[in-house]
Amino acid sequence: MTLIVVLSLGLMLTDLFWSPMAYYRGYLSLAVTPLRWLMDLPPRVLTSIDQSLSERDELQVENDNLRADLLLMARKLQRLDSMDNENGRLRKLLGVSKQLDQRVLLAELIGVSADPFSHQIVINKGFGDQVYLGQPVLDEGGVMGQVVEVGPYTSRVLLITDAQHAIPVQVNRSGFRSLLLGRGSDQELLLDHVPDTADIKVGDRLLSSGLGARFPKGYPVAEVVEVIHDPGQPFATVRCQPTAQLDTSRYLLLIFAQSATPVLAPETPQASPKVSTLNPPEEES
Amino acid sequence: MVAPPARGSWLILLSFMLALMLTEIPMPEVFEWGRPQWAALVLIYWVAALPHRVGPWYGWVVGLLLDILQGSLLGIHAISLALIAAIIQALHQRFRMYPLWQQALLVLVMVGLYQQLLNWGQSLQGARSDSLLFLLPSLVSAFIWPWVFVLLRSIRRALSVS
Repeated sequence: MTLIVVLSLGLMLTDLFWSPMAYYRGYLSLAVTPLRWLMDLPPRVLTSIDQSLSERDELQVENDNLRADLLLMARKLQRLDSMDNENGRLRKLLGVSKQLDQRVLLAELIGVSADPFSHQIVINKGFGDQVYLGQPVLDEGGVMGQVVEVGPYTSRVLLITDAQHAIPVQVNRSGFRSLLLGRGSDQELLLDHVPDTADIKVGDRLLSSGLGARFPKGYPVAEVVEVIHDPGQPFATVRCQPTAQLDTSRYLLLIFAQSATPVLAPETPQASPKVSTLNPPEEES
Repeated sequence: MVAPPARGSWLILLSFMLALMLTEIPMPEVFEWGRPQWAALVLIYWVAALPHRVGPWYGWVVGLLLDILQGSLLGIHAISLALIAAIIQALHQRFRMYPLWQQALLVLVMVGLYQQLLNWGQSLQGARSDSLLFLLPSLVSAFIWPWVFVLLRSIRRALSVS
């Protein structure tokens, strides 16, 4: 029993204070990968049975809907293309390095953390697919979270609602910047240190600001649902709701953000090593 | 004086595997708060039934797998389950004599202890609970203990694992 206690305490201390442990936990996850695969089997089989048994006209309707969606998206994309070009030209005029289009990878959800205190999910891509620690994860609604553990075949994603998570954001309308903190509750996020005079209203959209060099700039993160000005409090309380479908998305996107150099890179060479230390391997909290 | 060869290890391992899967299977948010601690229940059963074969080391390994599976602080499930196994191993003769409802009471205490240790581990990582709701699984676990016990005992007797 003494040996067990010593071993466990040693493991806990390494896990808490030795940051490279995050890499090795990825290898440990190999031990439970077969178990995960087994657990994911029933829903997978059910889905495939459901698909093979569904009616032809049902499929037809779904197909039509998807076609309509595709058309809508294509129209949006056409506008986006021209705007992208224009943006590129303006950036060139300003002498700013052009932001490249980001590479994405489609991943599938295979597990949800059973612990109500931790908001984490497990996806079916690992370092075999070049997933890396701290990689941003999105769904069609917006930012979902970031990768905190990479195994050979699976990775673990910390959601933005987890109490350990914070993401730098910017109000789309006014440009006001702040940190959006997870609260450990499913549908609630809190903006940190908002002065009572800040320009922020219910219904404002919060986009990732790209500060901190972890999340790419400009993806929707949350929407403001409540602003409370209490004279007794030093700051306003701003409650937000994530725009991503954190509890229903089964397919998610992994974004390969370009290297952590800021858009306005300083030209002096001695400043560059400082930039690289901005992005340590440990998780952002 | 030669001990008979241990049989039915596969059954013990299978039951632990099922317990791990039941612990991790996704459920609606409402049920997650009251999810029984399957691994702890199965561990308590096997330690009480076969204390010479299943002990703290079994609990430690199962707990470590749980840690990896849930991404919690590495070692916290391990040490908690090992502690439960050690206590039940020391008490196993009394535990066997208890009627089912009294066993369930002891299970309540054991799983409550387990939840409390887990909660301390979580607060080390910064996710502290602000209510006593985290103790709910121990109540649920104690409530379903009679069924788990009868089921596992009948399977064990049918396959004569000892």
